[in-house]
Amino acid sequence: MIWLTWRQSRGPVAVVAAALAVLAAVLAITVAGLSQLANTTSGTAFLNGLTSLDSTLYTVGAAAVLAVPGLVGVFWGAPLITRELEAGTHRLVWNQGVTRTRWLATKLGCTGLLAMAAAGLTSLLVTWWAGPIDTAVDGTTATVGFYFPQMFPVLFDTRGIVPVGYAAFAFTLGVTIGVFVRNTLPAMAATLGAYLAVQVAVPLWLRPNLMAPVTTTTPITMQNMLNITGNSLNVASPAPGAWIIAQHTVDTAGNQVGMPSWFDGCLGTSNVGACVGRLTSLGYRQVVDYQPASRFWTFQWYELTIYLALALVLGGFCAWWVRRRVS
Amino acid sequence: MTYVLRAHRLGKRYRQRWVLSDCTLDIPAGHIVGLVGPNGAGKTTLLSLVSGMLSPTAGTIEVCGGRPGSGAAQLAKVGFVAQDTPTYARLTVAEHLRLGAKLNPRWDDALARDRIRRLGLDPAQRAEKLSGGQRAQLALTLGIAKRPELLVLDEPVAALDPLARREFLGDLMESVVEHGLSVLLSSHVVSDVERVCDYLVALVASRVRLAGEVDTLLATHHRLTGARRDPSRLPAGQEVITVSHTERQTTLLVRADTPVHDPTWTVSQPGLEDLVLAYLTRPAMSGTDRSALEVAR
Repeated sequence: MIWLTWRQSRGPVAVVAAALAVLAAVLAITVAGLSQLANTTSGTAFLNGLTSLDSTLYTVGAAAVLAVPGLVGVFWGAPLITRELEAGTHRLVWNQGVTRTRWLATKLGCTGLLAMAAAGLTSLLVTWWAGPIDTAVDGTTATVGFYFPQMFPVLFDTRGIVPVGYAAFAFTLGVTIGVFVRNTLPAMAATLGAYLAVQVAVPLWLRPNLMAPVTTTTPITMQNMLNITGNSLNVASPAPGAWIIAQHTVDTAGNQVGMPSWFDGCLGTSNVGACVGRLTSLGYRQVVDYQPASRFWTFQWYELTIYLALALVLGGFCAWWVRRRVS
Repeated sequence: MTYVLRAHRLGKRYRQRWVLSDCTLDIPAGHIVGLVGPNGAGKTTLLSLVSGMLSPTAGTIEVCGGRPGSGAAQLAKVGFVAQDTPTYARLTVAEHLRLGAKLNPRWDDALARDRIRRLGLDPAQRAEKLSGGQRAQLALTLGIAKRPELLVLDEPVAALDPLARREFLGDLMESVVEHGLSVLLSSHVVSDVERVCDYLVALVASRVRLAGEVDTLLATHHRLTGARRDPSRLPAGQEVITVSHTERQTTLLVRADTPVHDPTWTVSQPGLEDLVLAYLTRPAMSGTDRSALEVAR
């Protein structure tokens, strides 16, 4: 059974392995320059010293880690059983001396583990390569270039162990949608859509609530003020590497308020520093809810567990379905 | 007596439609059983129930002493070559044999290799490059080399031309004799069944209409031809299957366990094909409404 699974999946596996090898080679070649720079400078100076090639690879690496689970779900998961149903070969293989449950368990297990390994390896490579950059970004509250703290939604998805969970989930999601849709191409499209929807929903609504955010009150200064959108003011992260969930302005009494009515006029007539100074002297402060950088690994484990549990549920569903529903 | 298939009031329903109903069969081991019936009669459903691909909605089924689909041991006992003889397009002939060897505990590798060589199949050829007949032979090889007690074949020759059909069935016969297995094969072509089968099951509109050993069926059915008359006045023990009249003559197909000695009839032996066709065209009816139908004619 393992032989058959390998024989059927070796083509797609080879493609992913080749792409991974190329990525590994590129990252291995360029890592020397990066660590040399990290040895001589640090913090924002290091970030400012990065070449445009480094910057590009930083983005490409993150994109690769994001892409692998999706690709695995679409190209390994969705066709896994659907292609058999389309070609009728399930009627051949289910009448050999191996039960459907064992057949499914082997296919899901072996191919799923390969999917998780592919995502894990990509993440490991990229996390290792980008280590100096991530350390520098997480050590400062300043924003330099197009580099983000590891707690930030999209970047969080591309580091550490969560890609393994994403791959397991995307793969079983593809298989499940495949047995429902029973048509490979629509199943692939539906898998991509469903996976993207989950990957957007989780950082928006689930991840911020995994742990109660830290709430802190900071003065508004020219240094930390980021922007004013409409009637609300935003400040930069109060702690290095933190992920801001929400923030609002309060007055002396601690009530949530918008910008006072004079503020707009002030910006029109005098300089911003004077206006911000006047805000501070009137007792306006900023309340910020954030997830600190120190929670990175806790969140990684939480999210890995959630996705692996989802994958197990979907795998169990496939097992039930293959035993009962299909003819 | 050991039975290869025992079904009692077996039924299968898809949503509101019964595709197989009230099917009771006791087929002894050692036969080549032909399952005939028009398209949509429920042949594939019955074979899928036998192989365990489907589970029944009603009744019970026992194949080679076990419940179909009950586990690896049952799977090993029953070989199933599905309709259109599916094979993996991207796998070579040799890889199909390897698949069979890896997945079947009783796999007979020498037999499989020998068959492939005898059939002239190139082991390095991908299944997608094979002709329909070669693909069917490959699927049959997988089924036979698995060494099952019962080999189930769903319309194995439907896609083959007459010559390939003849070769395939001849080859099947040889293997059956050689390995002593029971075979259950379906076809909507009675002549194919006639050539190889010694037991017949006719399925019409989801019900079993006729079942028995071919020799017995032929011995108990008689074609009676004589002057035109009312067929309802036949002696007890002679069941009319079909009636046809010309202006002066009446032809009956009757079922009777004893020979017909009435001298006013010319008695002849119907062929299996005529017999099957008679049952396939006969509307389902009980003893009472049969005469009503005759009056209406």
